[in-house]
Amino acid sequence: MSKSNTIAPRDTAARNFGTVLKELDWRRYVIYIGFVVVFIFFAILLRDQGFLSPNNLLNIFRQTATITVIAVGMTYVIACAEIDLSVGSVAGLSSVCTAMALSQFGLVPGILAGLAVGLVVGSINGALVSLLGIPSFLVTLGMLGIAVGVAQWITASAPQPILNDTFNTLFGSGNFGPVPGLVVWSAIFVAIGAVVLNRTRFGRQVLATGGNRNAADFTGINTKRIKFQVLLISAMAASVAGMLYAGRLQSGRFQWGSGDELSAIAAVILGGTSLFGGFGSIIGTLFGALLIGLINNGLILAGLDSSQQQVVRGAIIILAVAMARKK
Amino acid sequence: MNTADNVVEMRSISKGFNGVSVLKDVSFDVRKGEVHALAGGNGAGKSTLMKILQGVYQADAGEILIGGKPAAINSIQDAKAAGIGMVFQEFSLVPSLTVAQNIFLAAEPLGRGGLIDDRTAVKRAREVFSEMEVDVDPRAEVSRLGTAYWQLTEIAKALAQNAQVLIMDEPTASLARHESEALFELIDRLKQRGISIIYISHRMDEVYRLADRITILRDGRHLLTAPLTDVTPEQIVEGIVGKKIEGQLSYRARDRVDHDGAPLLEVRGLNAGNRVRDVSFTLRPGEILGLAGLMGSGRTELARALFGIDQLDSGDVLLRGKKVNLASPQQAINAGVALIPEDRRAQGLVLEHSVQDNLLLPLLGQIQRGPLLDGAKGKALSASLIKRFAVKVAHPNRPVRLLSGGNQQKVVIAKWLGTDPDILILDEPTAGVDIGTKSEILDMIRELASAGKAVIVISSEYPELLAVSDRVLVLKDGSIIRDIPRSEIADEEYLQLAVQGV
Ligand SMILES: Nc1ncnc2c1ncn2[C@@H]1O[C@H](COP(=O)(O)OP(=O)(O)OP(=O)(O)O)[C@@H](O)[C@H]1O
Ligand SMILES: [Mg+2]
Repeated sequence: MSKSNTIAPRDTAARNFGTVLKELDWRRYVIYIGFVVVFIFFAILLRDQGFLSPNNLLNIFRQTATITVIAVGMTYVIACAEIDLSVGSVAGLSSVCTAMALSQFGLVPGILAGLAVGLVVGSINGALVSLLGIPSFLVTLGMLGIAVGVAQWITASAPQPILNDTFNTLFGSGNFGPVPGLVVWSAIFVAIGAVVLNRTRFGRQVLATGGNRNAADFTGINTKRIKFQVLLISAMAASVAGMLYAGRLQSGRFQWGSGDELSAIAAVILGGTSLFGGFGSIIGTLFGALLIGLINNGLILAGLDSSQQQVVRGAIIILAVAMARKK
Repeated sequence: MNTADNVVEMRSISKGFNGVSVLKDVSFDVRKGEVHALAGGNGAGKSTLMKILQGVYQADAGEILIGGKPAAINSIQDAKAAGIGMVFQEFSLVPSLTVAQNIFLAAEPLGRGGLIDDRTAVKRAREVFSEMEVDVDPRAEVSRLGTAYWQLTEIAKALAQNAQVLIMDEPTASLARHESEALFELIDRLKQRGISIIYISHRMDEVYRLADRITILRDGRHLLTAPLTDVTPEQIVEGIVGKKIEGQLSYRARDRVDHDGAPLLEVRGLNAGNRVRDVSFTLRPGEILGLAGLMGSGRTELARALFGIDQLDSGDVLLRGKKVNLASPQQAINAGVALIPEDRRAQGLVLEHSVQDNLLLPLLGQIQRGPLLDGAKGKALSASLIKRFAVKVAHPNRPVRLLSGGNQQKVVIAKWLGTDPDILILDEPTAGVDIGTKSEILDMIRELASAGKAVIVISSEYPELLAVSDRVLVLKDGSIIRDIPRSEIADEEYLQLAVQGV
């Protein structure tokens, strides 16, 4: 309670440059540095493979769009100190349901069917976690199996082609003016996600619940409802991502999105959102997703096969968690 | 004064948990602009009574009047709306948010388009702080601030919600002395502005410094309410403890220390991190060494280094003349060193586990039979520890979280003394324990030393330090600046000046 002008940090003893550096929360900025470094690295290494061509760069955006959309929802979940492992399967199930409803009933019912998948799965996840108090890790791990199983079951493992051009144009295959639709979709999700998380009471309550649930409770925040809502948001985002898969690949298939939960979690953590809750950065998540897309793209251009890509991607996830670790 | 002056009146409150009665027919009132001390032994029901006022628990019987009118307080929001604010220390801040964001959490000022207007929040937070006449940066992230600032933020949070009554439950428990003094001055100012304060503390000097009236609870019953001018400290202590205690805080010379004998512990040129700098001292069997210093002077860090939690950068530690490597708590425990940490909730206990499991955690080796644990032996051992340390617990199998603060502290101490260490380090051992228990703990420390063990006591309470220490080391910025035998310390003031480095 000194009368100094700036607030004294816990350590009032003389501090050297090293401790100042240590106190700087570099975890939150490391993604931007990493992004630039990797970008320059590939730009030099792969300049003959056309890495820097506008087409390739747009491609990176296009390929990361679905992950970005999923990761925006995931940011809410992780900032709230929960996890959602079911997002990849939800995307697959949503693509399948959309495709089937489209061919049966038309455009609007198709879209509604996809959203309904998110609504139902998200509500179940949320209810089990917030009302019954089952850890989200277990609930969503179970849901991962259920969703993908249902998707495979109702389609008998067969792809469901989508012949509706309006849908395909709207969700992923088309352009809005000069800009690819997928890029517009991820921009919308990032923009809304960032504003809601940073500038609304709901967003603040998500961070508070993740940062200290007791405190949030004592402040009068309904933390159960918040936990329910973040899981719902995540599943809804995943169901939209499923429709983007469906539109881009002009079919619904249970495999779409499989494994995306790991990429999305890695993107969120790389982006500086704390695995322990309390912090969240949507812009960071965007760059996390872009970095992963960048690396995927670079590895393909460099001629690595898919097994090698998987190894590198796994290493990135470990790296992400290592960087998010508290000292 | 008539009852209309009572901002809060609690009438005939009773409350039990699972059939165990905790509060019996307790009445309590608070007048406008007064500081009302709430005293009583550990587990007497102080915190429970206040949680009822705050809407955390609901009373089984009795009524609450706010401003003379009956009020239904069924939730924290109800209490807030009734102008009752609480200064918790553990729960109510979100470390990852800024000071201003915490102050206005769930009541954020909204700007254009219904979005949060953080700039206005910062501005209003500044206004609250300037009314409090304290200097806190509203944009600082709470996790980076010390306890004193957490508390100021808590108080600001309550004031921003227009609290007329502030409840402070042991607010100085984790404050340094000068920080406590600043808090007292703030309380004086709040009082002048007509804000009433309910002040729970086990420290007598604080009660006398601040309070206008005192209410004493004993075993869940209301014992007395009186202006402080009408009661003597002895009456208060007797009221709390239920019996007379004499000379608990006076030093008794023990001739057991063998000043020429071989030292039990010898520390030479110890450096660890940037808070332990070139520390050397010796400790003999039977000796009680007090560590004095301001917050941040490196006392806790020295203890951590000796217990193997923090790595040594350089220096030697010798036990009975032999060099030992204390690289982990496990090695320290095996070498006969035990540390009773300062923050019992975070470091001393597994809160969700039972009292018994907590007690037995460092003693598992003692109750092993073959590869398995002997349940009956464990039960007997924990029962004997509970009895020896008079832990007030309904059943050893209940989670330790449900014990009152002081009883949690007893469990921590009992747990480590069960290991029968040669060198015992206690960091703020009496924080949060009542006066009766405090004198028991101090007696225990003396007894241990008399049995030939060596004890290091860290305490911010000078009377306590002076009551037990045979020698006091004064630390400043991680270095020992004075090494004073007890006989040369005339009084508290002498020690205080030494600590300030005068
Ligand atoms: N939620 C609960 N469930 C069961 N028992 C409880 C609960 N909360 C408190 N108790 C019991 O009620 C009694 C009173 O506890 P309380 O915390 O009010 O004491 P206190 O006067 O604040 O003590 P201290 O000075 O140690 O903080 C204790 O015996 C405690 O074990
Ligand atoms: Mg208490």
